[in-house]
Amino acid sequence: MTWLTPQEIDAIALSLRVAFWATLFSLPLAILTAHALARWRFPGRQMLNGLVHLPLILPPVVTGYILLLTFGTRGPVGAFLQDHFGIVLAFRWTGAALAAAIMAFPLMVRAIRLSLDAVDPRLEQAAGTLGASRPWIFATVTLPLMLPGIITGAILAFAKAMGEFGATITFVSNIPGQTQTLPSAIYALIQVPGGESAALRLVLISVAIAMAALLLSEWLSRKAARRVAGA
Amino acid sequence: MSLSVALRHRLPGLTLDIAFEAPPGVTTLFGRSGAGKTTVINAVAGLLRPDAGRIVSGGAVLSDSQTGIWLPPHRRRIGYVFQDARLFPHLSVRQNLTYGRWFNGGRRDADDMARILDLLGIEALLGRRPAALSGGEKQRVAIGRALLSRPRLLLLDEPMAALDEARKAEILPFIERLRDDARVPILHVSHSLSEVARLATTVIAIHDGRVVRAGPTADVLGDPEAVPTMGVRGAGALLTGRVIAHHDDGLSEIALSATRLFLPRVATAPGHTMRVRIAAQDVVLALDRPGAISALNILPATIVTLRQGQGPGVIVQLQSGQDRLLARITRRSADALGLAPGMACFGIVKSVSVAQDDIAPGPRPPRE
Repeated sequence: MTWLTPQEIDAIALSLRVAFWATLFSLPLAILTAHALARWRFPGRQMLNGLVHLPLILPPVVTGYILLLTFGTRGPVGAFLQDHFGIVLAFRWTGAALAAAIMAFPLMVRAIRLSLDAVDPRLEQAAGTLGASRPWIFATVTLPLMLPGIITGAILAFAKAMGEFGATITFVSNIPGQTQTLPSAIYALIQVPGGESAALRLVLISVAIAMAALLLSEWLSRKAARRVAGA
Repeated sequence: MSLSVALRHRLPGLTLDIAFEAPPGVTTLFGRSGAGKTTVINAVAGLLRPDAGRIVSGGAVLSDSQTGIWLPPHRRRIGYVFQDARLFPHLSVRQNLTYGRWFNGGRRDADDMARILDLLGIEALLGRRPAALSGGEKQRVAIGRALLSRPRLLLLDEPMAALDEARKAEILPFIERLRDDARVPILHVSHSLSEVARLATTVIAIHDGRVVRAGPTADVLGDPEAVPTMGVRGAGALLTGRVIAHHDDGLSEIALSATRLFLPRVATAPGHTMRVRIAAQDVVLALDRPGAISALNILPATIVTLRQGQGPGVIVQLQSGQDRLLARITRRSADALGLAPGMACFGIVKSVSVAQDDIAPGPRPPRE
């Protein structure tokens, strides 16, 4: 890769790492949240629904700033994590992963919830009469049937995490090699004279990664849907 | 092994107050749609929690609102065959069949599997996906799946309602075999009198959320008081006989307790018992044995009761040997003949008026 500078390679690698961990950690939580929103009846359900969708509507800068206030080294959660576990999120790549995860979360929950709504509860009843307890019903019937939505949600979230900019730059800034993700690198390059050609290369790479993710998601979820439909 | 159900439950527009005992064999909950039948078996399966009641199956209390006992569905060991099969689309037929086994001790009983595959004729389907099955095949797999979970009771919720006539004819013999296999008592829901006549050993007739008639099938179907529940057009008594011979002209000869019956060729082999439901409106009454007449079946009988209906009709209950027969005639005819309980008469039945649907092999007595 002679035509990419080490800084550019760093940015691509960091973006992939941030998106990967953001997706991996938010997936179980998103499945749980989607299940709670679709199937459970509890006070505060609408509150939770609003909270999950908030990052979709808020300006990303606001989300980033709230993260900074909460998870910054002087923020209530940030100080707690640092004192007890030695975990620092602000201005680290882990913080970028947190910001990406929160920004991608609503997309993931929506996709998973759609697939959960399509699961016939009568099949779950049938599993119950065959001796399966609730956790087993979920593991053997509900989860496999919502697999297409989980795949779509995960890849959508991955792509969103790759491209997250506003909340990330607000929360963890734009430190080359540490918190400079692909979008931050592009932004930095177009701020300096003569950076356009380098920016264009990164733009093309961004487009390629996004397209690949989209095609992969299409292919995987079609495969999963075929399996679920039992053809 | 028997089932005892008592429950009260309020639904929008219907209040259920049901109590019945189901002895071994096939017990059919009979009634029109909306009578509350499915609510009852959902309560037995644990899919619905009734407002009050007590359900006991084979000595195990499944639910009791007085003591607060409530077993969740997965701990009841009740096999449920739904109207719409509900096979798991993401699993193969084999995986569907063995699904319940994971949760019931996981015992792998190869004999059990082989016996049930054979009983239902589904061996060839094992590698397929549910989407590739016909409606009748799906129902057979669903029955197999329920049986392989080793239930103490099998629930059949109108298993043939979603099937066309040809598929029904395909699946009925399998359910009859299941009944005669008699390892599991069956609670069956139906609104079809043909199904009742073919399958049931006990009938619980439900109307507007209440049990209006209960008892052995022949008793309930032969009871003139039950006619309004069955519907005057559908009413008809159940006769049990033994096949004597199949004749060359396409008729089968069946020995009843008092006489012989000739029916269009039946599937049951000579020497075996069979049941036939004779619709009340297909029976003609005569005081003298008619001489030259095309009808082949002339049953000597005694009038037991006459029941005046709402309209111009009268239901006459006849005793012919051990068998009960119902005849629906007009009040005008009853008056003209001067019919009264205790009178001797003849019930006349055209062979061709008996529908194939209403003829079935008789149940073997349930094993204890």
